[in-house]
Amino acid sequence: MNLTVHVWRQKNGKDAGRMVTYQVKGVNEHASFLEMLDVLNEQLVAKGEEAIAFDHDCREGICGMCSLVINGRPHGGHERTTTCQLHMRHFKDGQEIWVEPWRAGAFPVIRDLCVDRRAFDKIIAAGGYISANAGSAPDGNAVPVPKEQADRAMDAAACIGCGACVAACPNGSAMLFVAAKLAHMHMLPQGQPERAKRTEAMVTAMDAAGFGNCSNHYECEAACPKDISRDVIAMMNRDYTKASLGHREEESKAEGAG
Amino acid sequence: MSWFVGYVRSSVGAKTIMAVTGLLMVLFAIVHMIGHLQMFGGQDMYNAYASFLQSLWEVKWPTRAGLIAVFVIHLVSAIRLVMMNRAARPVKYAKYTPARSTIAGRTMALTGLVILAFVFFHLAHFTFGGVQPEYFHLPDGHGRHDAYTMFVRAFQNPAMYGIYFAAILLLSMHLAHGASSWMQTLGLRHPKYPWTDKVGPALMVILFIGYMAPPTAVLLNVIKLPGA
Ligand code: FES
Repeated sequence: MNLTVHVWRQKNGKDAGRMVTYQVKGVNEHASFLEMLDVLNEQLVAKGEEAIAFDHDCREGICGMCSLVINGRPHGGHERTTTCQLHMRHFKDGQEIWVEPWRAGAFPVIRDLCVDRRAFDKIIAAGGYISANAGSAPDGNAVPVPKEQADRAMDAAACIGCGACVAACPNGSAMLFVAAKLAHMHMLPQGQPERAKRTEAMVTAMDAAGFGNCSNHYECEAACPKDISRDVIAMMNRDYTKASLGHREEESKAEGAG
Repeated sequence: MSWFVGYVRSSVGAKTIMAVTGLLMVLFAIVHMIGHLQMFGGQDMYNAYASFLQSLWEVKWPTRAGLIAVFVIHLVSAIRLVMMNRAARPVKYAKYTPARSTIAGRTMALTGLVILAFVFFHLAHFTFGGVQPEYFHLPDGHGRHDAYTMFVRAFQNPAMYGIYFAAILLLSMHLAHGASSWMQTLGLRHPKYPWTDKVGPALMVILFIGYMAPPTAVLLNVIKLPGA
């Protein structure tokens, strides 16, 4: 199939950037979207032009590296699909396709379609872990966890941190990501001791990174390739309010010292 | 109090403020609507209700003060959030296709501003009597302010009806999103109660019909001037 592709080109963070239109010829309909870009890049390099920079790694939907807003929808807008899993058969021969990077102040463009997602790492570093030394993995059933609880923890843990939620949100909010990272720990017994402190720390880091605020549009939920539910955001809101209202200066001092 | 300032400034705290103040105003909107439905009860009932409200100064002034405070907090917080949200996406998409958001949700800031303008107009109209002063100081024969006649006169004018129709429509739209949002924001939304998402749209229909019913009845000459 032959396609007309409008791609965001930007040399670096300082460059203003612009959409550039390319004709891609002879794309196999079984190719993934990234492979289509590979084909385009080969054609560009053959002509002596700069290849388009885009993020990717596993190409099987598990690493969270690929991104791209395709025709106005992160990962192309198909249910539970990352860009690397998006097949060209979803497009028609001769179709026009718009390809843009994630747009958020907290995700500055590095080059072309690559954005800097280190803001997510900072949020995780603020509290997305359990700080007790847990030793080796406990024996099965030594810590009882109800099945439904374990399932919900797994659902939240499915987040691959790709940032599609931020890209989809009209406000550039990272709440689905942060809430998923909180929920997968707060569904389990191991997450409970630091629950309040962790929620406060990660929300504070999220705000500091310059993400927007949820307006309950739920575009994030629609865009999430791992189908993470908005329910985790409700849980985060509840926990954060509880943590703030129940805040005790002595506690945080003691925790800080320890 | 530093934790409180921190909470209010945070993303979640700012949203909570929107939800709580919004909810209080929704409650007011419902009570206010029920009050006006008494237009269907005739001049005596409506004027008695109006003068009853005015006589309760111990309730009237704290309610007014509370409403103004809630309104201002909602407004200030909204402006702050909108500015932060705009800043969070400095470069717009060339092509953006919404998937799940609604028109009501995406136009909250706009409908909010229209409501702000409408509230000023509405106060000038029926509280201060500045819009149609000729109908404002009529007595009703029992020594009461004739709110009933003022109401009927106002909506016999199709232009006035049009203004209220448009404003109430946008107000209902605003609440369609807001009244479904607050449960989620306060963390009370739960998959066990999926109907809570329908509260906003349902309230939109109820408020729109409830608010527009008396003026529409006036326009259609179902509610008439006393003795007419
Ligand atoms: S490249 Fe790993 S998820 Fe797409």
